[in-house]
Formats: sequence, structure tokens, C-alpha cells
Amino acid sequence: MTNIAAPRSFQEIILRLQTYWASKGCAIMQPYDMEVGAGTFHPATTLRSLGSNAWAAAYVQPSRRPTDGRYGENPNRLQHYYQYQVLIKPSPPDLQELYLGSLQAIGVDMELHDIRFVEDDWESPTLGAWGLGWEVWCDGMEVSQFTYFQQVGGHDCHPVSGELTYGLERLAMYVLGVDHVMDMPFNDPQSPIPLKYGDVFKQTEEEYARWNFDVANTEVLLRHFEEAEAECAAILAQEHMDPKTGKRIIMAHPAYDQCIKASHIFNLLDARGVISVTERQAYIGRVRALAKQCADAFVLTEAGGFKGENAA
Amino acid sequence: MPDLLIELFSEEIPARMQAQAAEDLKKRMTDGLVEAGLTYAGAAAFSTPRRLTLAIDGLLDHSPTVREERKGPKVGAPEKAIEGFLRGAGLTMEQLEERETPKGNVYFATIEKPGRPAAEIIAEVLDTTIRNFPWPKSMRWGAGTLRWVRPLQSILCILSKDEGTEVVPFEIEGIKAGDTTKGHRFMAPAELTVRSFEDYATQLKRAFVVLNAEERAEAIWQDATNQAFALGLEVVEDKGLLREVAGLVEWPVVLLGAIDEEFLELPPEVLQTSMKEHQKFFSVKNPQTGRIERFVTVANRETADTGATILAGNQKVLSARLADAKFFWENDLRTAKSEVGMSAWVQNLGNVTFHNKLGTQAARIDRIAALAREIAPVVGADADLAEQAARVAKADLSSEMVYEFPELQGLMGRYYAEAAGLPQEVANACELHYSPLGPSDDVPSEPVSVAVALADKIDTLTGFWAIDEKPTGSKDPYALRRAALGVTRLVLENNARVGLKEIFAKGFDGADADNLLSFFHDRLKVFLRDQGIRHDVIDACIAMDGNDDLTLLVKRARALEDFMKSEDGENLLQGFKRANNILTQAEDKDGVEYSFGADEKFLEDDSEKALFAALAASEGAISSAIEAEDFAAAMGGMAALRAPVDAFFEAVQVNSDNQIVRRNRLNLLSQIRKVCTQVADLTKIEG
Repeated sequence: MTNIAAPRSFQEIILRLQTYWASKGCAIMQPYDMEVGAGTFHPATTLRSLGSNAWAAAYVQPSRRPTDGRYGENPNRLQHYYQYQVLIKPSPPDLQELYLGSLQAIGVDMELHDIRFVEDDWESPTLGAWGLGWEVWCDGMEVSQFTYFQQVGGHDCHPVSGELTYGLERLAMYVLGVDHVMDMPFNDPQSPIPLKYGDVFKQTEEEYARWNFDVANTEVLLRHFEEAEAECAAILAQEHMDPKTGKRIIMAHPAYDQCIKASHIFNLLDARGVISVTERQAYIGRVRALAKQCADAFVLTEAGGFKGENAA
Repeated sequence: MPDLLIELFSEEIPARMQAQAAEDLKKRMTDGLVEAGLTYAGAAAFSTPRRLTLAIDGLLDHSPTVREERKGPKVGAPEKAIEGFLRGAGLTMEQLEERETPKGNVYFATIEKPGRPAAEIIAEVLDTTIRNFPWPKSMRWGAGTLRWVRPLQSILCILSKDEGTEVVPFEIEGIKAGDTTKGHRFMAPAELTVRSFEDYATQLKRAFVVLNAEERAEAIWQDATNQAFALGLEVVEDKGLLREVAGLVEWPVVLLGAIDEEFLELPPEVLQTSMKEHQKFFSVKNPQTGRIERFVTVANRETADTGATILAGNQKVLSARLADAKFFWENDLRTAKSEVGMSAWVQNLGNVTFHNKLGTQAARIDRIAALAREIAPVVGADADLAEQAARVAKADLSSEMVYEFPELQGLMGRYYAEAAGLPQEVANACELHYSPLGPSDDVPSEPVSVAVALADKIDTLTGFWAIDEKPTGSKDPYALRRAALGVTRLVLENNARVGLKEIFAKGFDGADADNLLSFFHDRLKVFLRDQGIRHDVIDACIAMDGNDDLTLLVKRARALEDFMKSEDGENLLQGFKRANNILTQAEDKDGVEYSFGADEKFLEDDSEKALFAALAASEGAISSAIEAEDFAAAMGGMAALRAPVDAFFEAVQVNSDNQIVRRNRLNLLSQIRKVCTQVADLTKIEG
């Protein structure tokens, strides 16, 4: 194993991951243009892990977790952060090796560090999804989540997708040797205009923390939640045959957008502290029901492996 | 005879599953082989994070030939019957044998099943074993349908014989068995070709894999204690953690690291919990001060810098974790020491639901405080202190530390109550009111802790009884059996005299006290049975008045148990039963109750007179002994009846023709019953 020069910035780590996974044949996708809690919500993972079609994608996904906001003061907690997500279906037999290669690509020297795969089974109650795998430790620090999807949206995964999720800020802080996320170089420190993570995000963390915790209009949010739920059902209730084009068009993705929206609104309501312990379960169940209906719809589409009405 | 070596090489197996999986592999394979006729001399199984290994030595080369004789139809039976028999046996007509039997001539078939080569059988048994392996959780991967704990990557399966080593022809879902494996993932990833188990173990060790989990654990423990000893420190023993850590590495390398000075003032339990739960570190203690000053982490590899980078990384992660813990600790202390103190936390608990039908935690605390006041005098506690303790005992549930580490509940309460300057008994109760948690857990003895512990558990029990959420079968989601056993042990081990029903009445409204008491009695039976007291002896005591006073009940049961073990006890029981049977029959027949007491002037036989006198003497003695709760003396009083009762039945026919004498004797029997059942309901005793 060869040593690779250490990266100098947050963005360099992201760029190296992009280059690495592109070189391994992944389609480098762009972030999904909606607010999500994790990279898994991107339809390139949730929906594409369903059905029989092969798939290989990698992408950065900005993720929002309103309850984790700390006004930019906590060294590694943020309400907005980045995940790097890889999904390959069927999971290749050398996925662990491929993963380790990605760590090397961002400058982790395998000869000096202690990498471990520690049991950690993943479950997303809102997506009705679960899988078995590990959290990957580098010198005792969790740097990634490694999961073999077994079920998504209540559907058994056949074939199984291998999913890798890197928490980019934490991983980068480790690789760059930075103690506070806001001190991390965002671009090359030698650039004419060097920017730190804090230059980019300190103020937004404050603004969003205040809005998430104290200002977001809960009445409006509650209404939006109901509307998203209703719209999702309404989309999926449409005839498969589009009367205008005469084509079979099942609107799984637009429906799924509403599911994503409902999920994020729920997270905001949670941060506002207006959801009681008992209600919590009920809300999670409602989002899961949407995810399930979207999954049901997606497997009836071509991308979901549907081979035509008359195919067996 | 050949030796068999199997290695199932996979991606990382969860540490907690490895040992059982190795055992299951051994059991399922050897059972299958033996069933197919392949016996063996010895078998051993091993596990590492990436492999399950089974070594069987002295395996038969072939299964033995088996002869089976089958009886067929009679000679001359319809052709179809004979054809069917031949088909079933796989023979032709000429191979059948005619034999004479008492029912005439009958066809017999001798079927010979030739032995099969070991490799063929191994392949079959291995296929079944892999496909039906009892993993607690298993998964599919790629496009296949096979299930394993994590993707199965390769299989080594060889038979080593004198003439050489052969690969057992075997394939499952595209994985073909071979004679190769791999060493350590990072330190020796090259393929190794293996000839035998000894060769395998030796080569693995050269390739930085210690096959035996116990050897790994032993090495970790040795090295950790040595390194600590060199610094005058000791490693805090934790067998569960040691087992787990040994399951996370193939090549253990022990690294001893320092904890930043700024964290050393944290409570040792906080350091220990944080290091263990998050990092799987061992704590290293200074025996002089009792403080935890260092940690041990176990890496899975050697490095050129002798672990310096790995240790630095681990230290950094630990510091981040402990910075969190310290932040929580300081915030919590600030709250505890503030003017409002822990009551701020209690107020927060008004927003936390305990159970949707039982209200919030704050409401529950109010109930427990009231109940603790009531219980206090009974257990010798100051009522004000008991109430005060109950009011803060659960406050730490709102603290930041307990939110992060729920397993520290109670203990943190003690620290915070001490910091708040509350009385020591109150601080102790914060920690101890959860006790006892299990049958072997210590029971608190300080009255304030006892009062709060009882109040807490009785509130829970009466609450769930009131909303009809009792345990059923194996389902006991609120651990109510444990709570009842806890109350029982608190009462018994503190010799407390508590009428439970009275206390239940002061608990949550609407609980069926009789039903709850009988639940307690059921738990008590299980508890006392483990201590060697018969269930019928307990039943005989439960049938008496005052059975909600568990201390009294158990005192009585112990005395009765001892008495029943004595010769007097056993004989008296027989006499009692005889008296009771005769009396019950007569009462049924006559439709009256013989409870007047015998009249001295109708006593005829000397034995009658002696019994009459003995009963008169012991009745007083027994009732005053019972009054004084001296059950041993009461049993002694009963023992004194044994000889007169025996003599009476020896000499006298109860059912005399003289109706006056008969009635008088029945009245005498009634006195036996009355006297004896003062102590316990002997009719419940078996035998």
C-alpha cells in the first residue's frame, strides 16, 4: 500500500472521494435538492436500492438535523453538515477493500492506523429500512457506517445494496488534525483567499439554530406536514396511465419528494419541542407509511425493475 | 484416519456472536457426521473476527457398510404387492430370500448400504450446517440468496491423511472450498496454503492471527496488567469487556494511554462508563487514591511507530468524549448547587411521561413521596427525611449526564445530592432506592433508603395493577416481578413488619389489593423454594391471618418447615390428618359442626383422658407462643401432642356405638384440629 500525500482542506477530501469512487465506476451524482436528514434519503439511495436493476452511485449530500444545532459552538455538532454516500447494487464481493481504498485515497495510512469493523446494525424507522453492517473505527473513532441493506420501505432488497456513509466533517477533522470544526480549512490554506469552515458556516449555524429551536412557526409546519402527507397520497392515487401522453407514468419520485418533505418537517417540529414522546412514534409511523407507499410505487416503474405488465 | 479442517472465512463477525457460533459449528458438524456414520476422536472449534474454524481429528475414512433386513409379503401374495416391495428395497426377485414363519412362507430382503467416503458426507453435512446456521441475526448480500452473519468470502475444507492432504469437493452459492486462507487483514493479507490443522495454526500465527479467543484474551489481560503494574497501577477487571475486545482483534496489541489531567476529577464511574461504552477501553486505577488515571486500548496491529499514532488518535477521541462528560458534569453540578437545586430537575420531570395512563414522572414522584412518609415509621425512618429523599431521588433523570449515560441513574443522583448539601441519608437514598435490582443484588439497610425503595416499587406495582397491566406468561415489560421480589427482599432482610395491604391501599388508587397480594405470594413461593422451603409449607402459612406481613409469614414458614422435617412433626401430621378426615366425614354425614369441646365426664379410655389433658395444656401454650410470635415454641407445643394423639388412635374407636361417647370423641378431634391449625393450616400440607 502506497502512502498518499495528506490532503490540506475539507474540499480536497471531498474531491478525492469523488475522484476515487468515480474511478471505481460509480456515477457521481449531485446532492438532492431538498432538505434531508441524511444521505440515505436521496432517491439515488432509498429508491434505487429497490428492485432488481444494478446501480452504482456516489454523492455528497448536505444533511440537516435541527435538534443537533449548537449555534456553531460545539466542536463537532452541527444542524447542517455533509455526508458522503456510496451505494452499489448488488454489493460487490470486495466492498470492504474498496472502502479501505477510499480511506487511503484521503490520506489515511493503513500502515500506521488501526481500522476496525465494529458491529452496528442500521435502522431507519422513518424509511422502514434496515440492514446489517458495522461502524468503521479508525483509531477508536467512528469514521463511517457500512451497511448491507436488507429491507427498504418494507420491501426485501433483492439484490442487496452495499451502502457506505461517511460523516465528512468528522472524518476530515480527523484527517486534517483539527479540533474544532469551525477551525477546519475549507479550501487550501495557501489560497489567495483562505476560508475556514467557520467562515462559511458559523453564522448560518447560529441563524438556523435560533430559527429551529425558537422561531419556526409550528402551526404552519404542522399544516405543511398534513399537506405533504395528503399530496403524497393524492399523487400515488393517480391512474398509472397518463391520459395526456397515453404513457404509463407512475409518479413515484414526486410522491417521494412529499415523503422527504414530511420527514424534514417532523424533524423541525421535534426541534421546536412540540412533539410529545407518545406523538413521536405516531409521526414516525406516518412518515414510514409514506415511504412504504412510495417504495410500492417505485417497484412498479422501469427504474424499479418493472419489466412490463405482461412480463412474469 | 484422516483429520478434517474447516474454516469459514467471512467479513467481520460481531464479537458477541463469535464464541457461540464456534460451538454451533462444532455441534452441528459433528452431530451430522456421526449421524451419517462418521465417528471421530476429537473436535475443537475456534473463532476470530473473520473466521470460524473447526478441527476434527481421527475421523473415519468411510462410513461403515450397513445391512438392513426387511420383511416382505407372503410367498404367493398378489404380484403387485411383491413388485412394490422390490421397488422399495431396490432389489430383484432373485435377491429375495424365502423363509418359514409361523404365518407361512414370507419373502425377506437384505439391503446392503455400502459405506460412503468421508468427503462426500462432509460436503453434505457442511452444506446443511451453513444453510441452517443459527445466527441470532443473519443477512443476504450481493445477488445471492445464501444467509450468513456477514458476507461469507471463502471456505477452507481439507482432509489430511498419511498420504497427503485433499480438498473436500464442496461448493455453496459459487464459493468453492479450497486449501487456502488469508492472514491478518493488514499485516499479512497474502494467501496461505494449508496442509493440516497444526500447519494452519502455525502459519496463521506467523501471519499475525491468534486463532484461539481465550489465548487472545489471556494475552491482552497479561500485557495490560504488566504495563499497568510497571507504573504502580492496576487494570479494573471487566470480564465481559475482555471477551468482547478479544473478539474485535486477530492480533491484539495492548496500548496504555493517559487521560488528560483536566478529566481526572470526574467521578470514576463516569470515566469508566464513558471509556467502556464508547471506546471499549479498560480503566486503569491508582490503587493509592482509587482514582482512574489511565486507560488501556487494544489495537489490532503492530505499527512502525509502535502504536504511537493509534494511541494518539484514541486519546484524542477520548478527550472529545470526556470533554462532553465534563461539560455535563459541570452543568449538572452548577444546577445542583444553585438556589433552586435539584428541584429544577424535578420540575422538568413534569414534562416527562412515565406511562400514558400513570401520568408524568413528576406526578409519580409526588405519590412516592407521600407513600415514603407513610412507610417511614414502619421501617424506622424519619418521615421528613424519607419524603425529602423521595422528592429528589429521581431528579437526576433530568440531568445531562444521565441523559447521556442512562446506566448512571441513581449514582449521579447521589453525587448531585451531596453537592447540593443534602443530608447524607438523602444522598444515599438517591442511589440505593433502585435496589435491589436482582435476586443477588445487595439490599439497602439504611431506613431512609428502605422507605423510598419500598415506596418506589409499591407505587409502580399498585399503578400497573390499577391499569391492569400485569405480567402475563413470559411478558413482563415493566419488570413487575422484579419489583415485587425487591419489596419482598427489602421487607425480609430488614425484618420489617409491614402490613402490605394497608400500604397498597395508600399506593395508586384502584389496585386490587388481594390480587396484588397473591402475586406477591406467588413470587414469595419461588423465592423461598430456592431457599429449600416446600411450597405446601408456604401455602399452609399463607392460609393464616396476617399473611400480608411477609416477615411474619416467612418466620412461620421456616418454623413449620423445620418441624415437618422432624420425626414428631411428620407423625403429628399423620395424626392430624387422621383426626381431620374422621371429623370432616362425620361432620358431612351428620350435618353439624363438632366444635363444643369435649366434656371431661364422658371420657372413657385413659388415652382419651391423657389427650384431653394434653390438648388443654398445649392450647394455652401454643396460643401464647403464637401471640409472642415464637413459632419454634408453638411447634414444640404441637410436638407434645404427638404421643397422646398416637396413643388415642391406637386405643380408641372414634365411631363408638354409644352416640354420646362418639360425639364427645368427635369434639375431642375438633380440639386437635383447632389447636394445630392455630399454627398453620396443616390441611394444606401434602403427604
